Amino acid sequence: MDSTTELEKIVPQVRRDIVRMVHAVNSGHPGGSLGCTEFFVSLYFKVMKHNANQFNMDGVGEDLFFLSNGHISPVFYSVLARAGYFPVKELATFRKLNTRLQGHPTTHEGLSGVRIASGSLGQGLSVAIGAALAKKLNKDENIVYTLHGDGELQEGQIWEAAMYATAKKVDNIIATVDMNGQQIDGSTDSVLPMGSLKAKFEAFGWDVISNDNGNNIATVVETLATAKTHLGKGKPVMILMKTEMGNGVDFMMHSHKWHGVAPNDEQLAQALKQNEETLGDY
Amino acid sequence: MKKYTFTEKKDTRSGFGAGLSQLGKTNENVVALCADLTGSLKMDAFAKDHPERFFQVGIAEANMIGIAAGLTIGGKIPFTGTFANFSTGRVYDQIRQSVAYSGKNVKICASHAGLTLGEDGATHQILEDLGLMKMLPGMVVINPCDYNQTKAATIAIAEYEGPVYLRFGRPTVPNFTDAEQKFEIGKAVILNEGKDVTIFATGHLVWKAIEAGEQLAALGIDAEIINIHTIKPLDEQAVLTSVRKTRCVVTAEEHQMNGGLGDSIAQLLARELPSPLEMVAVHDSFGESGTPDQLMTKYGLDAVNIVDAVKKVIGRK
Repeated sequence: MDSTTELEKIVPQVRRDIVRMVHAVNSGHPGGSLGCTEFFVSLYFKVMKHNANQFNMDGVGEDLFFLSNGHISPVFYSVLARAGYFPVKELATFRKLNTRLQGHPTTHEGLSGVRIASGSLGQGLSVAIGAALAKKLNKDENIVYTLHGDGELQEGQIWEAAMYATAKKVDNIIATVDMNGQQIDGSTDSVLPMGSLKAKFEAFGWDVISNDNGNNIATVVETLATAKTHLGKGKPVMILMKTEMGNGVDFMMHSHKWHGVAPNDEQLAQALKQNEETLGDY
Repeated sequence: MKKYTFTEKKDTRSGFGAGLSQLGKTNENVVALCADLTGSLKMDAFAKDHPERFFQVGIAEANMIGIAAGLTIGGKIPFTGTFANFSTGRVYDQIRQSVAYSGKNVKICASHAGLTLGEDGATHQILEDLGLMKMLPGMVVINPCDYNQTKAATIAIAEYEGPVYLRFGRPTVPNFTDAEQKFEIGKAVILNEGKDVTIFATGHLVWKAIEAGEQLAALGIDAEIINIHTIKPLDEQAVLTSVRKTRCVVTAEEHQMNGGLGDSIAQLLARELPSPLEMVAVHDSFGESGTPDQLMTKYGLDAVNIVDAVKKVIGRK
């Protein structure tokens, strides 16, 4: 899919999927999901080389994506389904008994598109580095992408992984941090200020690219394209991407409160009114 | 009838190193990771022969487990190496989510398990690792008894698809199993057939069970000795068959009573064949500094403790 206009058409549909999924089970994480919608749509409909119809765990010959902050599963599931990994109607099973769409993503139920369980934070960067090393051993020149929450960077394992990736020149990985500045108990600055993440990752030897408008699909696509040109030069690449938690649903924005809260019937109706049905609801 | 021959004393960790080295030559998908303990884990030969397949991760065990999980995506068979304490307790959540729940083909190889690590003391002497690992759904848990069996187990787990915990130790101990014996995951090995009592032992306690069996024979007690190298899945058929014959049981292990081999056998027998049972294990205690032999004596893990437990359990029949 090429034009930005076409990508922009997918975005409101994914937002509808997200709010409808969490509303249906009165649980889940809409805030971070909405904030990362443009990133996921860019990745799966434009940037990544991947094969949705014939999912293969090893993913040799494809780009790979790992979601480290697994709680934003609604956006991950919606985009996987819309990209063709599994039937869109399966989104209706989210968080319900016997579903493949568990509260946090898992390989355990055999859902196409998911290559690792995530939810307990801080583990995805290490896993992605392992997959990137396997690609190097396999002489597979495709890329490994990850997404992390900014609050997630408070986990120590992230920094073990960050140190390793530089030291061992893992230069076929593009990690992105969703800089929405929010976590469960409040803003990241009020919970545990992390200072300059750019300075920190640069001090750890990463090639850091900033995107201050992660909710603008054109800039996200451009940033990911730029990041790709930085690979293969001995350094891992990090995108620090500023987003607005709850983006696209006005009453969910500018607060940490919609991190893990589902909308009621009235709020759902309001959210849907703000996002046009472009591809057909599930 | 005895089914073992004492040859020489060797450390089980060197059995792991030899097995890994052999795998490096025969299976190009095998990769190894170590957290700054390459010499202690005897991974040097693999690291030297296959530098492109050896990953030194530094003192960062959580990252090591995650990288290992990732390496499976692309068809690699990662063997991680560090001390048992840092292989389990330190990284439990990483193993739980990224390896066990994710169903990844990672082999977690753990040396210096139990009290026989010796002088370093309780911070390093984990006695809870078998329990931690066996509680994880789908995790295979193996604790071989000597050099030959550790080498064979290392080679065997590469052929098995799924997460495995392989536990071994630091000190030199008698090497007595057949070097050519094929290691079958989940298949108990009868070392001595007997009729009066069954001693189920694992790891370093298997040789002590053999010593106990010889002392018991002198007392006219005919002990069946079974090496349970695979704690999970437990060879339930072998346990039940033997206990139907002997009608009483002693278990022996270098581990807490809670969560170890004795705990698994007690659960099985309580369900299927209630029988008098005594456990030779550590009783809700941390270890301490000392020589391995001193510690095994102080914490009641010697042949004499097995003999005493046998006398007691036979009296309960």
